[in-house]
Amino acid sequence: MPSTRDIRRRIKSIKNTAQITKAMQMVASSKMRKAQLSALAGRPYAALMNDVLAAVSAGAGDFSHPLMEVRPLKKRAVVLITTDKGLCGALNSNLLREAGRFDKDTTVYVCAGRKGAQFVSRVKRNLAAEFTYKDSPLFSEARAISRFVQKLFLDGEVDNVEVIYTNFINTLIQKPEVRRLLPIREIQAVEAGVSGEGGGTMLRKSDVEYLFEPDAGAVLGNMLPHYLNFLVYQFLLEAKASEHSARMVAMKNATDNAKQIIKDLTLEYNKLRQANITKELLEITTAQMAMG
Amino acid sequence: MATLRLEIVTPEAKIYSEDVDMVTLPCVEGEMGIYPMHVPLMTQVLSGEVTARRGGADYHLAVGEGFVEISADRVAIMTDMAIKSDDIDEAKAEEARKRAEVRLQEKLSDEEAASVTAALAHSLAQLHVKRRNRR
Repeated sequence: MPSTRDIRRRIKSIKNTAQITKAMQMVASSKMRKAQLSALAGRPYAALMNDVLAAVSAGAGDFSHPLMEVRPLKKRAVVLITTDKGLCGALNSNLLREAGRFDKDTTVYVCAGRKGAQFVSRVKRNLAAEFTYKDSPLFSEARAISRFVQKLFLDGEVDNVEVIYTNFINTLIQKPEVRRLLPIREIQAVEAGVSGEGGGTMLRKSDVEYLFEPDAGAVLGNMLPHYLNFLVYQFLLEAKASEHSARMVAMKNATDNAKQIIKDLTLEYNKLRQANITKELLEITTAQMAMG
Repeated sequence: MATLRLEIVTPEAKIYSEDVDMVTLPCVEGEMGIYPMHVPLMTQVLSGEVTARRGGADYHLAVGEGFVEISADRVAIMTDMAIKSDDIDEAKAEEARKRAEVRLQEKLSDEEAASVTAALAHSLAQLHVKRRNRR
């Protein structure tokens, strides 16, 4: 039977925990809003890119590019976009479960985020590179990742590049998803992130006839790397939005649980206190009766 | 008189969106001046200076590599970087240039070299725009 002092001590420590988780929840929710805003800021770019892609792919006709070359699958690269920090619920473990499905001997991993890199070295798989990205991902960070995998692909070191990231559906639901990055099978419309539908809609065909300088093929060829960079940038944005909302929900649950425990403990504490008082009263009255 | 809507967007933000009389762009085939009612055209932009003329005054922007879509009443540039000449911090750009040049002397892997070269091009474009418009 714990004494009232023990219970008081526990209540205090849980209150502290609740305070911390509450603060983390607030931070995560404000960061989540920021992540969503930066996804919105990319929307004009996405719209323009769709226009240009639609026009050039219509103008280029039968077109092939080294980035579109389909080779027999001998080795693949997996870009694993995880978080740097924990305390965000099942987000990372869901991602890592997907990551673990790939064949050990033929897969190299390219990690963005520390958790993924830790996982890869823990299970002793091949880590090709580790990248970092900030709380509000920069385009240059995405470009670095995208360039790296493009180079792996073009050098023939890998024949296939997949991306594992968390798709932000809404604040409560984030789904780990595997998407093919290379080779490019068909060019899909890019949807400016945090959309929910996960992109991949058809390109809108433009009705204007464009001239191309130097020619449509060359423009499309130079466009493809940019297209990939932008896709990776969007994956990063989705991943960040997911991370913050997952953390927010996890921290909210933690705060709620802590509050529940505090309530239960306070009840127990009060019961114990009353029992003690009653006991003391009984002792006094019996003592008096014995004296008298 | 007809005007052109000049739009410059980067993945991070929409940098510029105004009605202008004329635009000058650095393109793969050389410098291009675009007036309203231009024939629809798509091409690549090189890092350098974009000049927009509006009501007799010139506005300058430094841009990175990218693409441009030109139609009769619109010039839309999408690029990695765009910055108005007023917003360019010369000291910062100069420092970035020096840093990039130093980095290029070191032994770099290809992808690092590529990103440093891009950074160098960005800072050079900024410096170029800033310095020229002071004179």
